Amino acid sequence: MATVEARRLVKLFDDVRAVDGIDLLARQGEFLVLLGPSGCGKTTLMRMIAGLEHPTSGDILIDGKVVTELPPRARNIAMVFQSYALYPHLTVARNIAFPLRAVGMPKPDIRKKVEWAAQMFGIERLLDRKPRQLSGGERQRVALARAVVREPVVFLLDEPLSNLDAKLRNSARDELKQFQRKLGTTTIYVTHDQAEAMGLGDRIAVLSEGRVRQIGTPHDIYLRPADTFVATFIGSPPMNLVAEGKTWLGFRPEAFLPREVEPAADGIVFPFRVTRVEYLGAERLVYGVIDGRTPETHVISKIPTNIRTEIAADGVYDFVVRRQDIERFDRDSGRRIDGGSA
Amino acid sequence: MIALPAGGKGRARWSFVDNERRLWPAMLAPAILYIALLVGVPFVLSLFYSVSNATVGSRSIQFVGLENFRRIVESGTFWLSLKNTVLITVVSQFLVIVCANILALALTGEFRGKWLVRFLILLPWVAPISLGSIGWLWIFDSIYSVINWTARAVGLLGPHEWPIWLGEPTLAKTSIIIVNVWRIVPLATVIILAGLSSIPQDIHDAAQVDGAGFWRHYFEITGPLIMPITLVALLFGIIFTFTDMIVVFVLTRGGPYDTTQVIASWAYFTGIQGGDLAGGAAISLFLFPVLAIVAVVFLLFAKRAEVT
Repeated sequence: MATVEARRLVKLFDDVRAVDGIDLLARQGEFLVLLGPSGCGKTTLMRMIAGLEHPTSGDILIDGKVVTELPPRARNIAMVFQSYALYPHLTVARNIAFPLRAVGMPKPDIRKKVEWAAQMFGIERLLDRKPRQLSGGERQRVALARAVVREPVVFLLDEPLSNLDAKLRNSARDELKQFQRKLGTTTIYVTHDQAEAMGLGDRIAVLSEGRVRQIGTPHDIYLRPADTFVATFIGSPPMNLVAEGKTWLGFRPEAFLPREVEPAADGIVFPFRVTRVEYLGAERLVYGVIDGRTPETHVISKIPTNIRTEIAADGVYDFVVRRQDIERFDRDSGRRIDGGSA
Repeated sequence: MIALPAGGKGRARWSFVDNERRLWPAMLAPAILYIALLVGVPFVLSLFYSVSNATVGSRSIQFVGLENFRRIVESGTFWLSLKNTVLITVVSQFLVIVCANILALALTGEFRGKWLVRFLILLPWVAPISLGSIGWLWIFDSIYSVINWTARAVGLLGPHEWPIWLGEPTLAKTSIIIVNVWRIVPLATVIILAGLSSIPQDIHDAAQVDGAGFWRHYFEITGPLIMPITLVALLFGIIFTFTDMIVVFVLTRGGPYDTTQVIASWAYFTGIQGGDLAGGAAISLFLFPVLAIVAVVFLLFAKRAEVT
């Protein structure tokens, strides 16, 4: 268990600032998710923490010690790759044993550790197989076992679930979280999937263009986004932004409901011209514009199916947002204005 | 469906290209014809000569059974040639694989002037073997040897030391090995380089993070992963070296006293220069079973070692 810290970390690829001055601290035992669109620098950041890339400037600290100049093998970290990167010519057992052999552990101890790790991930019966004989889910477990076996101080996981099919991904997510809780190892997890990030992370760092836009609990990130980028990146569909003077009013689609459902006095009422209704089973997504505004302001409402108000395309309805559900953002900088409730 | 052009002629052309049953024999035919004429015919001819008494000077040919082979096996030169062929092949190919691996690993890195290094490494392969060998003939020359003059200039050779590279059996064999290594290394490097670049970067990253140092990384991950393609390089190298006569012909002509004779060069000296066509054909046929076995063994091994 350890802390991981990045200090003013910069990485240039030729002239591209892949990582542009990142300060970040992963606390002891924390599950920290790096979330961002592709090309935001999250993988580069992780590779620098692993020691696979050398930063242009800035420092990496593991457990308070500067490791910037140390090679990966001197950092006692384990990494799980998106492709799993299992050694194709070695059996599962030898794959898992590889990190132990690299540190020169005696053979009987290696066998015990491999059995322990295999048992933990339920892959004992696969030990004699080669990676090509395994399914995607099995490969992922082998990759995790190989990462866990040497009891590293930090786990780095680079989109480890993205190669699994949707059904398997949900159960794998649940298991992953449980293993991390059980082992208590500091974990940094890279993903572009916000559902994964929200479900797994103790905290989430949202990255864009090589910078950390916001770091906080899933709750914070969702309800109090630091700027309009985070507001529109997180949430599906994203937060609605409506111009008002020098500010944006931001509110989540599920907070934007027909007036008769939310009769509370303290709300802002918008005339909502509906253009399209999507029925998604558990909810309806209602697309439309706020009536009488130029330029057109597109907004979306997400209405649980158990609210049965009749809504049809081309109608105009009164929709309401409670004031405590509204965040305000500066129109020039995009930053959230504190004490945001309107 | 492809829209066919209107005219009858156009339709005929299209249907020929689209008809796989007629297309593949047509495309294979030139290659098969080429092999049949340039490899098959001489091979059958040498089979025929090897059981005859054909010579350069006589127009009559009689069947003599295995007499030629009996003569060859009883000759001391044959066993010496065979030993030399095997020795030169084994030692040079071992060195080729080592050097090619080092060069290929170096070329996977990024550094300034990489294209120049790559070009220089490929140069021996581009040059004709005979020209290259003549260049080496000068390098090993008994009076003008660049190696000897350089060694003396830097003090490696004393005043009375002056190795005669091509005049002394061990040094002559060493020289032949050096030239063969120089000649095959470029091909092996390029083949191994292709093998190295087919390994996903993630595998290397994983090995690094898993704590492997350079040697473990190479011998337990990279080496085994490029094993199948290394075997292909080795197979080519063995065949090229085993069947080569040019290097020996240019450097030593088999001398001194036949001590550097190899099967191919001895077949040439017997059959063409000595005029004993039948004997030469019989000697060269000894190459065939050896090479056939080598090829089969390696292809089987490469198939088994396939990893992905």
